[in-house]
Order: sequence, then structure tokens, then C-alpha cells
Amino acid sequence: MSTPDLSVEQLDKRFADHVAVDRLSFAVERGSFFSILGPSGCGKTTLLRMIAGFTLPDSGDIRIGGRSMREVAPNRRPVNMVFQHLALFPMMSVGENVGFGLARRGVNKAERARRAAAMLERVGLAGAASKRVEELSGGQRQRVAIARSLVLEPTLLLLDEPLGALDLKLREHMKIELKQLQAAFGTTFVYITHDQSEALVLSDHVAVMNRGHFEQVGTPQQLYYEPATAFVAGFVGANNRIPGRAERVDGELVELHTAQGWSVRARRSGSVSAGDPVAAFVRPEVASIELEAAQLPPQMARYAGEVQSLLFDGANSAVLIVEQQTRFEFRVALPQTGRLADLKPGAQVFFGFDPQRAICFTAGSVHV
Amino acid sequence: MIASLPRPAWLRAATALYLGAFLLFLFVPLTVVAVFAFNNAPYPAPPWHGFTLDWFLGNPAAGRVGLFRDAELLGSIWTSVVVASWVTALSVLVGTANAFLMERCRFPGKQLLSVLMLVPLVIPGVILGISILAFCSRLAELADSLWGLDLDFLRPGLVLVVLGQFSFVATIATLMISARLKRFDRTLEEAALNLGASQAAVLRTITFPYLRPALIGSAAISFLMSFENFNTTLMLVGEDAPLTVLMYGRMREGASPVLNAVSLFLMLASALLALALMRTGRRGAERTAATAADAA
Amino acid sequence: MMLAVLLTPALLWLFALIILPHVQLALLSFRERIAPHTYAASLMQYRTFFSEPLYWGVFVRTAIMSALATALTLLVAFPVAWIIAKVARGRASSLLFVLCLIPFWVSETVRALGWLILLRESGVLPTLLVRLGITAVPVELLYHNATILVGLVYTSLLFMVVPLVSSLESLDNSLIEAAYNLGAKGPAILRQIVIPHAAPGITSGCIVVFMLTLGNYLTPNLLGGKNSQWFTELIYTQFIVRFNWEQGAAFGFLLLALSTGMVALGLRVSGQRFVDVMRRA
Repeated sequence: MSTPDLSVEQLDKRFADHVAVDRLSFAVERGSFFSILGPSGCGKTTLLRMIAGFTLPDSGDIRIGGRSMREVAPNRRPVNMVFQHLALFPMMSVGENVGFGLARRGVNKAERARRAAAMLERVGLAGAASKRVEELSGGQRQRVAIARSLVLEPTLLLLDEPLGALDLKLREHMKIELKQLQAAFGTTFVYITHDQSEALVLSDHVAVMNRGHFEQVGTPQQLYYEPATAFVAGFVGANNRIPGRAERVDGELVELHTAQGWSVRARRSGSVSAGDPVAAFVRPEVASIELEAAQLPPQMARYAGEVQSLLFDGANSAVLIVEQQTRFEFRVALPQTGRLADLKPGAQVFFGFDPQRAICFTAGSVHV
Repeated sequence: MIASLPRPAWLRAATALYLGAFLLFLFVPLTVVAVFAFNNAPYPAPPWHGFTLDWFLGNPAAGRVGLFRDAELLGSIWTSVVVASWVTALSVLVGTANAFLMERCRFPGKQLLSVLMLVPLVIPGVILGISILAFCSRLAELADSLWGLDLDFLRPGLVLVVLGQFSFVATIATLMISARLKRFDRTLEEAALNLGASQAAVLRTITFPYLRPALIGSAAISFLMSFENFNTTLMLVGEDAPLTVLMYGRMREGASPVLNAVSLFLMLASALLALALMRTGRRGAERTAATAADAA
Repeated sequence: MMLAVLLTPALLWLFALIILPHVQLALLSFRERIAPHTYAASLMQYRTFFSEPLYWGVFVRTAIMSALATALTLLVAFPVAWIIAKVARGRASSLLFVLCLIPFWVSETVRALGWLILLRESGVLPTLLVRLGITAVPVELLYHNATILVGLVYTSLLFMVVPLVSSLESLDNSLIEAAYNLGAKGPAILRQIVIPHAAPGITSGCIVVFMLTLGNYLTPNLLGGKNSQWFTELIYTQFIVRFNWEQGAAFGFLLLALSTGMVALGLRVSGQRFVDVMRRA
């Protein structure tokens, strides 16, 4: 395996009142799209700023292309960054923005203009060089910010939630465009976001970050289907979280009782002993809903409930059900066929899920 | 009442009447100054004796000294320009340093310093003048008695006038430049660094271009404040009188229409300056101009 | 390093031109000459001020006239500020605002010249009054207290209009519409909504205008002539004409005390911070 483009070793950063990055180590393969996903305040921005050189780590090292960045000033690192609000220079034209880094390297004016124009063409903005930044749409500005960085052919491109400021429709579109750009250029992208859908759609690998450390690093599929911690299970994708106490552990399966006395079974992840505080996670699409208990698949535990509300959202439609005995709120995906779409609040239904597809963690580290 | 609410007819009429009277009040004094610059009479007073350009072009032989032949007036305009240029250069320079100091640095006593910087604006100009006069005379005395030095520039004269005006114009420049620097998005500097710019290149290509409107605006305001200053100048002036002091002296002797002529030029120059400023910054600059004039 | 480079000009400026000169002025005011080149610490300069009715008379008169001029300026400026901020729209509002600014881009000397030409006995207004048959002979309109007030209001308008406009512009129109909708009439809206909202702007304007008026020299001197009796004139006389710097310094400090006292009072009454008021102004 070749040297990773980015490797972070035992990186540590503490501020007066909290730990921002907690002895973190990881590596990013050459040419991959790597996302760091976490809630605000998890330390991902500090991490990114340390890679760019704007914040100095307390200890540990960052290697880019195999070279230690310990003594390297931010303006000499082979890293470029797309800023959260893009930070395009308002006093310059689009072409001057793209040529800015080249000018700093002493590239002459004609060559700068040629390379800026070529780069703008590659990002689909041919002929925009003489425009002013304010004349561009949000998506176009995004592309200028990326072009401005990529024209310098960095080893690593850092992206700090660049889609955050865009409206929903444009964000969806830019996700696809970013992925295509990365594939076309082959540059290693390190992308930070708090939006799990961005991370899942874009990335080859995603690290889920929480309180200064990585909870899990894996492919989007691994994160979704095999969450390693309760935090990941709660943070990535929609999930029903059922907190309670482990009554019995039977091999892989844990029987959990909620405080109100609802009893469910789920597969354990990691060690769980009887009496532990635990939480089970059940994805809405893993659960099923029927009008008759007998219609539910036989391997499922079955529960009676009452429809509280119907959450229509196209393909993501779901029903919010309250379990009959304990009034526990539980979310079940509606069948894609449109069957049951006419359920009314108050309707008596049955729901259930396969305990093998529900995951149970000890609750020591559950903070969602 | 506001535009979106019904206004009775009498209120509309009263508003119009008031506005008319107000504008008359504002512009009549300036208009008469301009008009009597062209009156063919030795005093700027009615009645109208016909149109003449004597007060601009007249030569001493004909008994009327026009503005362009009045060496004393022209000299005082030049004195004012020289003084204002120095005050402008000093104020913008110090104002810029102060802006970076207050917006970018942290040090003990910063709060106190920020208050101190505003103080020159609340000291009456006359007092600024006499305090600097007294202090500089004391310095000159000390230099004389301790080292036998004759520091002439510490005596009333243009150096003191420049220092006196600068002492409060610097506050205005500081406020104007700080206000813009405060709104600067520092990620632009980080972005430039990230693209490989050195600290000096960041200042040259990003920060100063951004500050430019404030630098130009504060320079214009500083020049104007200096050119028009009277109170502080009066206390510090020596033999070379700047324009305002000379005009004041002549007005006390009894005004001649040549003062109207020079006033007309001042109005035109101010109007041009104002127009140029507004063109660069539209409503923003107009506000800063108003603010700065206000602060003074 | 960077800090030192930036701190030096600021400290030089404030110490050499503001702080030390005022210390020197204070020292001057607290001494008296007992023989040529011999001085002793003394309160005589201040004692003279209080024992000489002419001096404190002028002092009190200057303070009262300045307060009057401030109040008049507020009265004249408020409607215009209101029209600019709330009644006129778009270009008309901008134009009116610029029109208000223009006279203040011109030197105070020029403005005073305008009033001289207008008001003196042989001037435009007295001549006009005779023509219209209102007065039989030209009357002298200069050298009255009212003349001085007119000149001071004229000179101070801008400093009142600008803070008023900015504080009125920040008043949300829907508040006024809501009050109207709830049945309030003009005066009630003015008293309960507009004035409380504009209070910071009113205070800023009044403080600045009072300060500038108190320290004015040119306008009272030219429009008031021998009758002007403005305190800054006393300072000028002591310093420049009589060369009695000790007395002049004491007068200077008294004026500074009055000015600072009124600023402090204004801030106290309106509960604002000095820094905020100055920033707004």
C-alpha cells in the first residue's frame, strides 16, 4: 500500500474548558473521499484547522504525503481548503480568485490567466473569468472555490461544510457534482460535515467524530448497518432508541425492559451482562406494521399499538405508533407500495421487528 | 405619520410647508454668499449693482483686488492645503495603526485605551489648542534652559497647528477605519494564506484592498476637517494664517466681496469632494461622511 | 513585536498631544505669579473666577445659551429626521438627507459670512423688510441673543439630524402600524413608541450639539459681536491677548468641567455608555 496522503498521529488539542481533539490517529488513502461526520462542537473544525495549519496542535503530528507538517507554516502546506462560507475574495474577479495562488507562486500573468481559464472550464464555468463574484449563483461560487484550490494541484483538499449555506435543492445537486469532481480530479478530499446524508452519499470512508475522538471509521454501509457504538447508531440514519435495563442475556440476544415495563429483544453489540443499563436501536425500515398480528412475519416479536400520526414524506414516509401498554413512541416505515397509506390517527395496529436486526449497546456511552 | 398610514390633508400641507421653510433656512445663507460674489459693489450687501467678475479677476490697479490677484488669500489657501495634507497623512497612518491595534491585538489596558482614543472628541477645540500651546511652550522653555536649544517649531506656528488638528482628527480616522476593519471577514485572510500567500502578500492583496474605501473616506474627511478647522487653529496659529483664520480676521474688519468669491470656491470644492466620495461608496460613504463630520 | 509597532503611535499621540498637555494646563491653572519668573502653587485663578461676576456671569450665560441652542436644534431637526427616516421613500429620502449634509461640508466661516450678509443692518433681510413696508428703516438684526441662537442652531443641525435619522430608521414601521391598529393617535404613538425608541439617538445628538456649542467661538463671536460674551472668548483673551496663561488655563478647565459634566449627566439620565454614544455619533 502506498503512503497515505494524510496521516494523523496521536493528535491532541485542548482548550481551556474542553478537549477539542483527543489523541486522535487515522490515515486517509490516496485519492479517496474521506468524510468526518459529527455534531457541532465535536472537534471536527479544530481538526481541519490543524491540518490546514491555522491552529497548532498541543502534541502529535500530521503528515501530508508522508511529510511531517510540524514546522510548516499554513501558507507552505500542500493542502488547500474550501471554506465554510467559501471566502472568495470580493475585491477580485473570478479569474483573479482562481489565479491568486498561482500569482503567489510567481507564475506570470499570461500563464495564470491560461491556467485559471482551463480550470474554470473543467468545473463547468468556461468564460466566467472576468465576472465578479457577486454575479455568480451559490452553486457557481462553490465551483469557483473548488477551482481556486484545485488549480494549485494540492495533495489534499479540505472542505469545511461547504454546502451548509445552500438551499436544499441546490445542496442535493452539488452533492452529486462534488462526487463527480473528486472522481475526475482524483485528488484526496477530506470533507467535514454534520449532515449525515452528505457524508453517506459522497464518501468512500466516513469517520464519525464525537467529543474529540472517532467513534467509528468505515464505509457508509458499515456505519449504517454495523454501527460500532450507540453514538453511531443514534447519529447515522433514523433510529428508534429504546433505553432500558438488560433483563436476560441469551447468547447473542438481550432481553431489555424499559422503565415502563415494555420488553423487547435485540442482538447485542459488545459485551452486555444482565442488569446493565442498555439501549436498543431499531431502524424504522427494519420494523413492520400490519392491521392483523398474524400478518407480521413469524420471526418478529409482535406488539399492539395505536397510530399517533402519519409522517408523510414520499419514499421516507413513516407512522408514529404508541405501544399499547407502555405508551412508548415507535417509528415504523410505511410500505413503499402505498399500502396502509390511509391509516388514521387512533387506528389499532400491530407492529414488530426481527430481534436479529435490532442492536443493543450498553448505555455507558450513550449520549445522543 | 409613516408613509403606509393615512395622512390627513392638513398634515401633508404642514409637512410640505415645514420642509420648504427648512430648506430655505439651510440654503439661503449659502446662496447669498454665492450671489454677492458677483455684485458690482464694494460691499457684499444689497442693492444689486449689476454683475461683475471683479472679485475674482480684478487687479489692484483698478482698485479692486480679485481673489486671483490677492496674494495673501492665495497664500493662506496654500497654507491650509499644506497643513491639511500633513494632518491627513498623519491621521490616516495613525488611524490605520490604531484600527489594527484595537481590532487585532489583545493587551492589558485595551479597554482604557479605547476610551482614551475617543476623549479628543469631547474636549472643546479651544482647550485642545491652549493645552498643546502651553505644553509645547513648556517643552521649548525646558529645551532652552537645559540644553540651550532654541526649538522654534514648538512656538505658535504651522507645526503646532498640524499637531493640534491631528490630535482630534486622528480619532475620526481611527473610528472610520476600525469600523470597516471590524466588518472584515478574517477567513479571507486564512483563505489567502491557504493559497500560499505570505503575510505581507495577504496585507497587500486582501486586507488593504478591502480597507481602501475607508482609507480614502477617512483621508477625505481628515482633509476637510483640517481645512475647515477654526477653533483649535486660532489658538495655535503663528504668522502664516490658514484660510479660515485669515477669513475670520477680514470679516471682523468688514467683509469684502472677495471673501464671497473664495467662499464660492470652497463650496464648489466641498461639493466635488462630497460627490466623489458618494460615487465611491454610495449611501455607505455618505453615512460615514456624516458620521465623521458628526463625530467632530 | 507587532504589538509594539502598533502601540507606539497610539501612545505617542495620546500622551504627547492629549494627556501631557492637559497635565501642563492643570499645573498652569493651579499656580500664580508672585514675581517675574517666580510662581507659587495657588488657587487664585479659580478664586478670581468666582469672585468676578463678569466671569461667572459669562460662564452661566454660555451654559444656558448652549442648552437653549441644543433644545432648539432638537425641535428643528426632529421633523426633518422623521421625514427622512419614515415619510420620504427611496431616492427622495436619500436626496433630502444629502441636502441636509451639504451645508456642513462648507466651512463654518462661510456659513457665518452668509448670516452676516443676511442679517446686518445694510443686509438682505433688513432691506427686504423695508421694501415690504414692515419696518420704516432698516433694523440691525445682528448682535442679538436670538441671532446667536439662530447661528448656533444652523451650525449644529447636522449633528442632530444624523443620529436621529439612524435611530428612527431602526424603528420598525410595523410597531407604529400596530399602535395605530390598536387605536393610538399621533401624539400617543410619538410619546409611547417613537421617543422611547429614539432616546439613544436623541441623547447622542444632544450631547454632541451641546458640547460643540459650548466650545464654539466663531459663530457667537461674529454674529454676537461685542454682546456675544461667550466663554471661549474669555479664554482666548486671557491666553492670546493678555498673555495671562494661568487665568486662561483655569478658564479652560472650568469649561472642560462643564462640558464633561453635561456629557456625564446626559449619559446618566439616559443610562448609556460613553463608548456606545460616541460610536453611534
